[in-house]
Amino acid sequence: MNPNRQFATFVLHGLFFGVDVLKVQEVIRYQEMTRVPIAPPMVEGLINLRGQIITAIDLRRRLGLPEREPDQLPLNVVVRTDDGAVSLLVDEIGDVVEIDSESFERVPETVTGMARDLILGVYKLPLRLLLILDTERTACLPGAYLRPCA
Amino acid sequence: MDELCKEFLIESHENLDRLERDLVALESDPGDKMTLDSIFRTIHTLKGSSGFLAFSKLEGIAHAGENLLSNIRDGVLCINRDIAGALLNTSDAVRQILGEIESSGSCGGRDYSALIRRLDELNGGELNGGELNGGELNGGEPEAPHSGVSGEPVSEQAPPAPVSCAAPQGVEVIPVAILQGSEAMTAPESGAQPEAEAEAPSASASGAPAEPAAQQTPGISIPMDNTHATPTPTESGSNPVAPPAAAPAEGNEPRGSAASDSSIRVDVSLLDKLVNLVGELVLARNQILQFTSQHADTAFLGTAQRLNLITTELQGSAMKTRMQPIGNLWSKLPRIVRDLASGCGKAVRLEMEGKDTELDKTIIEAIKDPLTHIVRNSVDHGIETPEVRVKRGKPREGCLKMRAYHEGGQVNIEIADDGGGIDLARIKEKAVQKGLIKPEYAAAMGEHEALQLIFMPGFSTAEKITNVSGRGVGMDVVKTNIEKIGGTVDLQSQLGRGTVLKIKIPLTLAIIPALVVTSGGERFAIPQVSLLELVRLEGTDPGQQIEHIHGAPVYRLRGKLLPLLYLNAELKLGPPASGAGGSAHNEVNIVVLQTDGHPFGLVLDEINDTQEIVVKPLGKQLKGVACFAGATIMGDGRVALILDVLGLAQQARIVGEVHERTNLMESGQEARRAEGQRQTLLLFTSGPGTKMAIPLSMVARLEEFPRSSVEYSGGNPVVRYRGQILPLVQVSDHLHPRGGSADELPDSMQVVVYSEKGRSVGLVVGRIDDIVNEVIEVKRHAFGNGILGSVVIQDCVTDLLDVLALIRAADPTFATSKSASTEAA
Repeated sequence: MNPNRQFATFVLHGLFFGVDVLKVQEVIRYQEMTRVPIAPPMVEGLINLRGQIITAIDLRRRLGLPEREPDQLPLNVVVRTDDGAVSLLVDEIGDVVEIDSESFERVPETVTGMARDLILGVYKLPLRLLLILDTERTACLPGAYLRPCA
Repeated sequence: MDELCKEFLIESHENLDRLERDLVALESDPGDKMTLDSIFRTIHTLKGSSGFLAFSKLEGIAHAGENLLSNIRDGVLCINRDIAGALLNTSDAVRQILGEIESSGSCGGRDYSALIRRLDELNGGELNGGELNGGELNGGEPEAPHSGVSGEPVSEQAPPAPVSCAAPQGVEVIPVAILQGSEAMTAPESGAQPEAEAEAPSASASGAPAEPAAQQTPGISIPMDNTHATPTPTESGSNPVAPPAAAPAEGNEPRGSAASDSSIRVDVSLLDKLVNLVGELVLARNQILQFTSQHADTAFLGTAQRLNLITTELQGSAMKTRMQPIGNLWSKLPRIVRDLASGCGKAVRLEMEGKDTELDKTIIEAIKDPLTHIVRNSVDHGIETPEVRVKRGKPREGCLKMRAYHEGGQVNIEIADDGGGIDLARIKEKAVQKGLIKPEYAAAMGEHEALQLIFMPGFSTAEKITNVSGRGVGMDVVKTNIEKIGGTVDLQSQLGRGTVLKIKIPLTLAIIPALVVTSGGERFAIPQVSLLELVRLEGTDPGQQIEHIHGAPVYRLRGKLLPLLYLNAELKLGPPASGAGGSAHNEVNIVVLQTDGHPFGLVLDEINDTQEIVVKPLGKQLKGVACFAGATIMGDGRVALILDVLGLAQQARIVGEVHERTNLMESGQEARRAEGQRQTLLLFTSGPGTKMAIPLSMVARLEEFPRSSVEYSGGNPVVRYRGQILPLVQVSDHLHPRGGSADELPDSMQVVVYSEKGRSVGLVVGRIDDIVNEVIEVKRHAFGNGILGSVVIQDCVTDLLDVLALIRAADPTFATSKSASTEAA
């Protein structure tokens, strides 16, 4: 197996995130959204992606980060999950980077909160740290189990 | 060969369906020659094909059945209950073997010699007594009786003959032989006669007396039996047969291929795809039509018009491809009714009306089990035994009437019996007895409400549990299944007169007509199915026409009180968009909806128009939101949510008053659905005065351990529990990591055991307080730190514990993310 892995990267509140590039279906600019009343606040709305209806999750709220500036339009990173595509709303999109698995490390114990659950690990890049997001778990909203299973 | 085998299986299953239908029909009318012929041909085709494909076991059974049938047809035996039963058993056995062939490719290891012996017994026993001559003539040759009696059986045997004779030619021959068989069924006269003439020119084809034919034919027919009994034809056997057999095959070919040309088998998934694509096209059409209003270009308008027409037509046709007559579904019922009726010692006549009513295939599939269940119920509970019926002055034979018809874009199915009806008093009594409702509610219950009790999970009035019914799982499942496809179930009953169950289901699920409305600046689609009427209140102050009962708004609609819901309030939307603001004060738009038989009014900002919409599912993130059934894409490309009228009504408590009174909330899916966000929670205290809750469904057991039983493994506390090592997680330690006395365990620990896949974790909590069933409304989303959020329970702020996160934090190896997160979903 190739020890190097490719990640699509994006920025969220100054943090540098990456998701496995194979999980990313596409990246699209901000789309008009239909908001879903009484849905969990992390669900920003629904977008029409060429006839397919996709749920957009505000990644800032999902990770417990501060709200985005109102004039800052997020971008959609559409990722494939076991239950269909989901759009993750991010601040800025970065490059696809190829990283040596050697530089991987688990999340240190001191990281707490929501992020700890959703971040698979950290790659130590020369200039900054790349946080790898668990897309499956991100798409599975907490509190979903408070409601009856589908 | 695979392809061939598949064809055979499909064909045989179809044949079996018809066979059962015919057998039941024949039993009630033993003199019906046409039906008997049809049965005979079916069995014969089966025998021939299975012989060719070398399924010898199947062939043996078919052969025994055929022998019996041939004697019935020749009037040697008369069909009676025993024989019909044995033949139906034969059909079951064949089905079993077919299933085996489908899964393993061979006949399987089951032993059917008892069945064959039984068939032979029914055949031979009476034959020896009745017609000694026939037995003598045929001697040791068991298959001779049927083939040696008249001219007709010979012609019936012709179809398989080409199969065995032409076998060297390969695969293509089979369809002809099978088609011939089926062709003969639709046109028995024309199909049979030429063959008979070809083979036995001296015998007059149909009217030939049995004796002369019998003398003449054995020479031909016996070798024929040999050829298709053994897959490899013997030289002597095949030669004499070949010429006459080839002739009818040629003669029938044009007719056969015409039948095969007019219809083809198509994979359902292909049709699904087609329908989906048409759905997309409908959306695109809607979008284009929206542009036409902005353009004056006549050429464009003309093209758009054409596109509109073609799309509509295409949509209709595509939908039609998936349509199947309900008769396909009903064809199984006569058998079920017959078996059941004879099982309970009842006489039941099944009448069907509207067999040709067409429904979408997915819907047919979805209502299959519910319908069967209802019919079983009617026969088992509804219709009385003949003695009781006579005593009550009704005809001896009960009547079960099924009716299907289209009405307003929906299909109605009625199942009516003239049985004893439903005794409401008994229903209430049973419900109270089973603890489904409280006695004081039972007394206050109206007729309609009491009837609804039948649909509650766990309800059954049967005194004893039979293999048919009485287990109390049934009508609730029926109702849930029908509602799942957007249908409704209505029950009417008159004591002593009978019961009518009315099912209303949509024609199709993919594309539905809907009313598009606006509220709080958002557009929503309401399925037309639940729409009763539109009411618009105008005037200077239309709000005055709305009255309030203890805060609940109602409107007098033709003298009846209509409870009202404000969509803006239900969905926590903002006030009407400013543009519509002016008019919104001068009018009130009420959409009158009905669900579960309860009408209610939904107050909206604006009613736009009706449209055909394509239903798209919502992602799992939104599955928990009960108010929406899905989403659709509007003409302008934007997404609009489809309101789930039932969910909305349940959220607002328009329906579900019965469910509220149940204390068996967990016993059925239906109850869970009805309750929406109602949850059973375990309340406990952890740390100083922190009240916490976890869903009871996540609790495996509650245990108490003395401190002395705690041991340490790798520095972590564990206890031995049921032969396992149970790691302990101190809840308060994880939630308040810097809270002083971390390692001190209390003398006696209350432990909540959480299990998944055979592994368990014990959560050490302070004190277990209570179990409550509450509507959860998360007041504060405080995510992180193992807390999902805060709710108010029993007037106390209570934190909802994120069990999975806590366990993962304590033991990362436990429940790798996948299983845990699906559990959480």
